[in-house]
Amino acid sequence: MRYLPLTEKDRTDMLAAVGVASVDDLFRDVPQAARLTAPISGLPNHQPEYEVDRHLSRLAAKNVSAGAAPFFLGAGAYRHHVPASVDQLLLRGEFLTSYTPYQPEVSQGTLQMLFEFQTQVCMLTGMDVANASMYDGSTACAEAVQMANRVTKRSRAVLSGNLHPHYRDTVVTTADLTGFELTALPPAPAGAEDLAKQLTPETSCVVVQNPDFFGRTQDLSMLAEACHAVGTLLVVVVTEVISLGALASPGSMGADIVVAEGQGIGNGLNFGGPYVGLFACKEKYMRQMPGRLCGQTKDAEGRRGFVLTLSAREQHIRREKATSNICTNSGLCALAFTMHLSLLGETGLRHLAALNHARACQLADKINAVAGCSVLNETFFNEFTVALPKAAAPLVDVWAKKPLLAGVPVSRLHPGQAGVENLLLVTVTELTTDADMDALIAALKEIAQ
Amino acid sequence: MTMNTHGRPTQPAAPTGHANTGEHRGMILEEPLIFERGTPGRIGVDLPPVPAHKSRLGSASRQGQIGLPDLAEPQVVRHFTRLSQKNYGIDSVFYPLGSCTMKHNPRLNEKMARLPGFADLHPLQPTATTQGALGLMHELAHWLMTLTGMAGVTLAPAAGAHGEFCGMAAIKAAIRARGEKRTRVLVPESAHGTNPATAAALGFTVDAIPATAEGRVDLDALKAKLGPDVAGIMLTNPNTCGLFERDIIAIADLIHGAGGYFYCDGANFNAIVGRVRPADLGVDCMHINLHKTFSTPHGGGGPGSGPVVFSKALAPFAPLPFVQKEGEACRLIESKADKAAGQSFGRMKAFHGQMGMFIRALSYILSHGADGLRQVANDAVLNANYILARLQDVMSAPFAGPCMHEALFDDRFLKDTGVTTLDIAKMLIDRGYHPMTMYFPLVVPGAFLIEPTETESRETLDGFIKTMRDLAQQAKAGTGNANANPFKQAPEHTPRRRLDETTAARQPILKWKPEAAPDYIASAAE
Repeated sequence: MRYLPLTEKDRTDMLAAVGVASVDDLFRDVPQAARLTAPISGLPNHQPEYEVDRHLSRLAAKNVSAGAAPFFLGAGAYRHHVPASVDQLLLRGEFLTSYTPYQPEVSQGTLQMLFEFQTQVCMLTGMDVANASMYDGSTACAEAVQMANRVTKRSRAVLSGNLHPHYRDTVVTTADLTGFELTALPPAPAGAEDLAKQLTPETSCVVVQNPDFFGRTQDLSMLAEACHAVGTLLVVVVTEVISLGALASPGSMGADIVVAEGQGIGNGLNFGGPYVGLFACKEKYMRQMPGRLCGQTKDAEGRRGFVLTLSAREQHIRREKATSNICTNSGLCALAFTMHLSLLGETGLRHLAALNHARACQLADKINAVAGCSVLNETFFNEFTVALPKAAAPLVDVWAKKPLLAGVPVSRLHPGQAGVENLLLVTVTELTTDADMDALIAALKEIAQ
Repeated sequence: MTMNTHGRPTQPAAPTGHANTGEHRGMILEEPLIFERGTPGRIGVDLPPVPAHKSRLGSASRQGQIGLPDLAEPQVVRHFTRLSQKNYGIDSVFYPLGSCTMKHNPRLNEKMARLPGFADLHPLQPTATTQGALGLMHELAHWLMTLTGMAGVTLAPAAGAHGEFCGMAAIKAAIRARGEKRTRVLVPESAHGTNPATAAALGFTVDAIPATAEGRVDLDALKAKLGPDVAGIMLTNPNTCGLFERDIIAIADLIHGAGGYFYCDGANFNAIVGRVRPADLGVDCMHINLHKTFSTPHGGGGPGSGPVVFSKALAPFAPLPFVQKEGEACRLIESKADKAAGQSFGRMKAFHGQMGMFIRALSYILSHGADGLRQVANDAVLNANYILARLQDVMSAPFAGPCMHEALFDDRFLKDTGVTTLDIAKMLIDRGYHPMTMYFPLVVPGAFLIEPTETESRETLDGFIKTMRDLAQQAKAGTGNANANPFKQAPEHTPRRRLDETTAARQPILKWKPEAAPDYIASAAE
């Protein structure tokens, strides 16, 4: 077998060196009743590389990939161009096959990259400190609420109704199982939501997404002030990280904790994962953060170097008193993020964000010109909500056969919610072509007739 | 896997030998931070002009600079290539980190994960357009259930610790459904730190169970701790000492008899895959680290993936989403509004799990097959026992063998030598090996936890054994003048010498600030 270097002779010699007759003797501590004497039946045996390739390629070919159709989906996962060099560098074995940098002398590559990642996340979010990444945006969101509970010593959180429903559900599960109170407001596609009205002296945090689930951009400064007046933390969620190239940073609007889905930079769609969660906060809350942190220090010769630090917060030291049970981060996805953002730079990111917005404006204008269809949002970045003349989900299914991947029906993520059946989330990125837009407009015109 | 820092000196001794010349050392090149390399006017991506439009950004558009550096592609490629050269992976060196399972990462798996049909697929596309992806998830689920003998599986958790949370959440939900309140979880002293952290996060109180002199759960101590308030036990098997819990079926019976559930930390499933089905041990739920048993790359710390298998009793409480096969079609159950969701405790993450990791794991599983996976366990266990057998006369093993997939030593053999476990680890680096896991498990003083894995050749093991024997003998022979102790100076032949972790924690610098780079780095630019 191609991944197993031991020969039969090796095995025989090594068993002799160990002093046992057969490998079965090494498993003698397994209770007799639970010992399997042969490979598990009903499963195939080992296969050549080309057979595995063939099987998985067939499965892949059964999918309609985003690049194979006009494509307008977003809702927390965004299709952007990832430069070829990012994936090529990612495949370097020194990055791909290394472990968490516990031995800093031989892990400076990973550590310096994490330090750069943390710095980039601070710059984008306008925050003081950032960690070395989380699993994804949704789990980062749940961790942010728990952190706000720790910081404020309160246990009642408020979630905007326009928070991504999967993020909301992740926080709901966490609240249910770990024991804190939650007020999750209903979705407000038209944007009428008075979060400040929800504030009480018991509120630990308000969680609000920008741009929100329906695509609307907001100035959160007033909300931040209202929160701070009652000692509540403002948690800002960003699911489309490219938007930070065009919008005021959450930090500049007064956010206390910022969490984001970083997938849109450096990482493909990958059917939903793995992605990379960004987590940043004000400096005064640093020691309450979850997850890994990389810090700068010096080596024995006085040279700048990097180490994992402030681990006294973490489970391997604190055990049941840790800030979180998190053990891993999303290292390789964070690396992809940092490499892509390095290629973009200030100029490229702002250009890319402006391009996304401009192209989205073009499509919004075209949709508004179709009889029976209208864009709900007054403001947006690259994603907006379209009100269709009939239910969105069945239309999307029919269009998929063209193939046209027209967007995300709001009802898929808010099943059973009244008043959202006809709403479709539509996203435009730099990869959306004029021909793609024409295909969507043609489909919309067909239903209007 | 986790590593603790007990017993670690975190401030280095004064160096001897090298002066800080501030220059490249041969081809070990100094590399500035990316922020110290930027020059306005450069760009690493080409984009078309922004078309004329009326902005719809509203009142919250960005003012002022972000602060990111501008570079061209060749500079970025060189920067990250140089960083990679300060890193070491399983591709380049033997990396026997116990409990972490650093085994070969087949490149076929990377190729498969990059097929556009998987990589360029949106999670919220109509499921009619993602049948191949859902089919792959169903196929992986089938393998995991069959290999473990369990009744159900979820692929949702993003990592091992997330899987632990998932399993314990299912236990909590099941107890609640029984209308009971059980608040205590038993956790052996030798457990991974994530176990008590997980139990505590879910509101359970953690009750530690001591180990016997044989490194296993003390059955009498366990019996004494049982009661109507016990929700369950979190037990790693094979355990963190690299030993199989001989009494595991009795432990499961005791827990079940007391009305609790048995959570098995499956971090070490790689030692027994194909040889033991956890269902036959009485396990109620167990997470599987795909990066360990099924060799998805560790990537410098993630991303992971932590599917959890469930017994019949716990399967109904598994999280959302999951895939159900209906005839030839795969259906995705993704919301509590779907009747098929049943008693699910809900969603623990956006979308459908770590798809990229599922592809890699299934690629690995299909490559090995049922016969190969059993051979994986055989060879992993044989390699570890070979190391144990060949080193136990010069090092000190706390427990009698055989071990499972990792060989554990303590630091008794270093008594009165002035050399510590950490020093040996750092010397190993200078000899061309990544160190083993050290100071874990906590139940053993100065632990060395060595996990060779099945993908190492006998030649590699022999080379490592020779080096370890040399170092053990060198330490025992005495190191002469304490100031010139080579063990305290190691490593010397690395991109950096020992780093000052104490100052890093006391005065945290967690991001770059726009100030001059150290001279020796500035002069190294370009």
